[in-house]
Amino acid sequence: MNRLLQGAMKAAVPCLCGLLISPASPAQDNTVKVGVLHSLSGTMAISEVTVKNATLLAIDQINAQGGVLGRKIVPVVEDGASDPAIFSQKAQKLIQEDKVVTVFGGWTSASRKAMLPVFERFHSLLWYPVQFEGNECSADIMYSGAQPNQQILPALDWAFEKGKKRIFLLGSDYVFPRTANLILKKHILHDGGTVAGEEYVPLGGTDFSSIITKIRVAKPDIIFNTLNGDSNVSFFKQMAAAGITESQIPVMSFSIAEQEAKAMGPSLVNGSYAAWNYFESLNDPMNKQFIAAYRKKYGQDSVIDDPMVHGYIDVYIWAAAVKKAGSFDPQSVRKAATELGWTGTAMGPIQFADNQSLYQTAYVGQLQPDGQFNILWKSKEPLRPEPYDALAFPGRSCVIR
Amino acid sequence: MGHLAVLTGQLFNGISVGSILLLTALGLALSFGLMNVINMAHGEMLMVGGYVAYLTCRFVHGPAGFLLALLFSFLGAAVLGGVLEVTVIRWLYGRPLDTLLATWGVSLILQQGARSLFGAIGVDVVAPHWLSGSVAINHGVLAGLTLPYVRIFIILLTIVTFALLLLFIARTRWGLFLRAVHQDREMAQALGVNTKWVDLLVFAAGTGVAGLAGAALALIAPVTPTVGQSYVVYAFLVVIVGGLGSLLGTALAALLVGLFSSTVQMFTGVSLSDVFLLVLVIVFIQFRPRGIIFQRSRVMKEA
Amino acid sequence: MKKWLRPALDLALLAALVAAPLYLSAYHLSLLGRFLAMAILSLGLCLVWGWSGVLSLGQGVFWGLGAYVLVMHLKLVGLQPGDMPDFMLWSGLDHTPGWWTLFRHPAVALAGVLIVPTVAAAGLAWLVFNRRVGGIYFALITQALALAFATLLISEQAYTGGFNGLTDFTTVLGHYIVDPSFQRALYWITVGALAAAFLFCRWMGKTNFGKVLLAIRDGESRIRFLGYNPAGYKTIAFAIGGAFAGISGALYVLHVGVISPAMVGVMPSIEMVVAVAVGGRSSFTGVILGTLLVNFGKDWISSAMPEMWQLSIGLLFILVVTLLPKGLAGIPELGRQITERIRRRTARRGVEPEVLAITQKN
Repeated sequence: MNRLLQGAMKAAVPCLCGLLISPASPAQDNTVKVGVLHSLSGTMAISEVTVKNATLLAIDQINAQGGVLGRKIVPVVEDGASDPAIFSQKAQKLIQEDKVVTVFGGWTSASRKAMLPVFERFHSLLWYPVQFEGNECSADIMYSGAQPNQQILPALDWAFEKGKKRIFLLGSDYVFPRTANLILKKHILHDGGTVAGEEYVPLGGTDFSSIITKIRVAKPDIIFNTLNGDSNVSFFKQMAAAGITESQIPVMSFSIAEQEAKAMGPSLVNGSYAAWNYFESLNDPMNKQFIAAYRKKYGQDSVIDDPMVHGYIDVYIWAAAVKKAGSFDPQSVRKAATELGWTGTAMGPIQFADNQSLYQTAYVGQLQPDGQFNILWKSKEPLRPEPYDALAFPGRSCVIR
Repeated sequence: MGHLAVLTGQLFNGISVGSILLLTALGLALSFGLMNVINMAHGEMLMVGGYVAYLTCRFVHGPAGFLLALLFSFLGAAVLGGVLEVTVIRWLYGRPLDTLLATWGVSLILQQGARSLFGAIGVDVVAPHWLSGSVAINHGVLAGLTLPYVRIFIILLTIVTFALLLLFIARTRWGLFLRAVHQDREMAQALGVNTKWVDLLVFAAGTGVAGLAGAALALIAPVTPTVGQSYVVYAFLVVIVGGLGSLLGTALAALLVGLFSSTVQMFTGVSLSDVFLLVLVIVFIQFRPRGIIFQRSRVMKEA
Repeated sequence: MKKWLRPALDLALLAALVAAPLYLSAYHLSLLGRFLAMAILSLGLCLVWGWSGVLSLGQGVFWGLGAYVLVMHLKLVGLQPGDMPDFMLWSGLDHTPGWWTLFRHPAVALAGVLIVPTVAAAGLAWLVFNRRVGGIYFALITQALALAFATLLISEQAYTGGFNGLTDFTTVLGHYIVDPSFQRALYWITVGALAAAFLFCRWMGKTNFGKVLLAIRDGESRIRFLGYNPAGYKTIAFAIGGAFAGISGALYVLHVGVISPAMVGVMPSIEMVVAVAVGGRSSFTGVILGTLLVNFGKDWISSAMPEMWQLSIGLLFILVVTLLPKGLAGIPELGRQITERIRRRTARRGVEPEVLAITQKN
């Protein structure tokens, strides 16, 4: 990837005007501060710490090659504490107090929604690494995680290809599952399938006895699972105890990646399906390099997953965009980022579309006993990101100037 | 699945949820009735029980492993409860609201401790072989009904624990002391009952039962640092509905709450059923402010 | 303590707060602003807990009601004519529900911020206290209420914004929120509201009503035998606490720019109680200082060592409750007790008992 990015840099003409209006350019200093804002405590810490690690790895690597525009990158790490209000508070601190030029961070939509007004107010720039429900289009955020049409809809296409048209929707009670299911329902009905049921449990809920009864009665071909965190363990355990196996009713999960599978114990979720834009098992030399570098820094038993790779790639794209713009000014950087063209990365070729979301390939995998995914299916080409689903929310589009 | 099968299944689910709630609430009801304190760290005793079960199952394999885990989780939580009683609760006697807050502090520390030791993601206790599988009915009006062994086991465990506890209170010497202190603390003290030991014993036994609940819960859900939090609020409601320190009332209330949830959940979502539950409790105390079963007493309580 | 010292200290505190924009950076000023908004809630909690002996573990509910009512208004005024709040669209609604549009008018919204939490608090308190249920029961019911409230907000996504909450509003009464001059004005409004709430509490403490509250706290049955109805008094106190919480929530949300269920649930509600316990539950000045201390402490600790926050707040809770039940406000008294004891001990050595008794009387 570095070679390609360097190519992009050589092609770029440094923009001096951008440098002049840059808000943070203390000329004598040869460092530049960026913010890294994830939950290091609270319920989300377990997921977000790994993304933070991947982000810091990328910063280290870029610094080792001389930094950006001759400046070393200094990360300022802050804790969002799994609390949206704290995310907003810390984002403000990073921008106002630490004078960072950009921020990498966020995981839950709640945290991103809370930070959005802050970034719009100061015209700073946030790089958001996680798949989400779409329906948002801010000029001051780079959405590198998948839009619904890059994760959940490809999974639906795959299920229909396999003849599984009777679908049960199960999720934790929060925004991503509800919105994802709203979109899914429109598409299922439009494409001639059936919605066998739709159920939500409160975040952290552990009792699935009634829901399993409902699943039994509904007899779906497949369950589309947007449960979050520990609820997944309870669900799979209670399904197994009730004698429902993966071969009878398969489960397609949207929040179970390698990290979660490892934590849950692969035997529990063995054979279940997942849709992502990256799997650790991707056979790609750049992926192998990334995995090796990460393990060297954070331990040989580390597991890599989709959001981590996004967190890692975001830093490289930012650096390339800075070089192309010749400036750290967020307004110039975000424009440059969408003009970089195709870049090869650990997750395959990507580029930022003009709506500031990422073109990326969708994959469907099946969990193996070793906790890795066997890749069964991939989209024919990198999919264009669509923040607003045309079927569910007609007439909406995302135009960023 | 026929209507009757669904109905029976939900009845079973309700009893199963109710029995976990009962195991959780028993200790709360005991110490509340006796000492008039609510232990906010009670949920963390569930968590401790779960982690002890996890550790036991990791080191002891074979079919007896889980039974041993049950024993250890009872002991582990009981010892921790005893320590808590001696170090914090005893010093706040007569200040129930302060006890509540101090034990909340304890619960935060225990949660963070578990997070540092075991990580924020839950650990998994795999149900032993003799508990995996289910009773499946394939014929007749109940066709399609499946009753998982683990849930049957949890119901049985609850019944046995409850019976043992009642026997202990009704038939043993310490049980006699307990009843005496419950009825009239000063008088019991004057007659030579060491109330400090009775308090300690009852508190430890109560947390021990919560540890047992944690181990049982580990069969159907992951053990996480916050596992107690998701159960303990409902256990508090059970204690409120059950009545001041009445074990029978607690049992009825737990069953009631379990059946109510499983019934309502068939018609609405899980979130709404939780909200309805609270409304039900507030309506309930309009009619029976002292719970289902309560002792009439001439003692004026400033509870 | 000398008689003039206390008002002098309060005035000095007020002066320091009013002048804060002169010596604080924009970021720390915005922190101070939101914590001062929280202090209004703490004053209410002081009245409810420290004065009436009613522990509420669900104060986040009334705080949240105030905040949500205001934000509903802010979301509505930010819309183009004929448009609806975006999250409703994503959740499958096709028009804005009537009870939402009610709050479009600023006067209705402001009234709502006061009335909705007050009525909710009064209703709950009356239902519970009227049946002579109180103490621990009430604490547990309010905690369940906080849980149920957060669950309800999350599950009714189409009407409440769900887990993400409500954010992204730009103007208040025609002023841009991001405008620095508005931010400064908002800060002074917050200080003014806090000062007003503080004076109200002080005044109430001197009335008969305040004295009956204290009497209820110290012996509810006794006051009942004297012919008072404690349920009525406690309900009024709790309603005032609810009103303060609502105002606090509304101001806080203007400072922060987001309201979400995660901010109103069980854990935030408990943290509100910690701040009051640390400050000294029955001292009005104490709870304001306690709120500032705990919140700035949280900001600092969670930056320096994130995993320590929960541990330190737990320890703080245990230590304050067991060793310092009167909180920070109790320290001068504690100091006096200790010096008194030392004085007595040294005195005892040489002085006759009768003399000691006389010196003690003085």
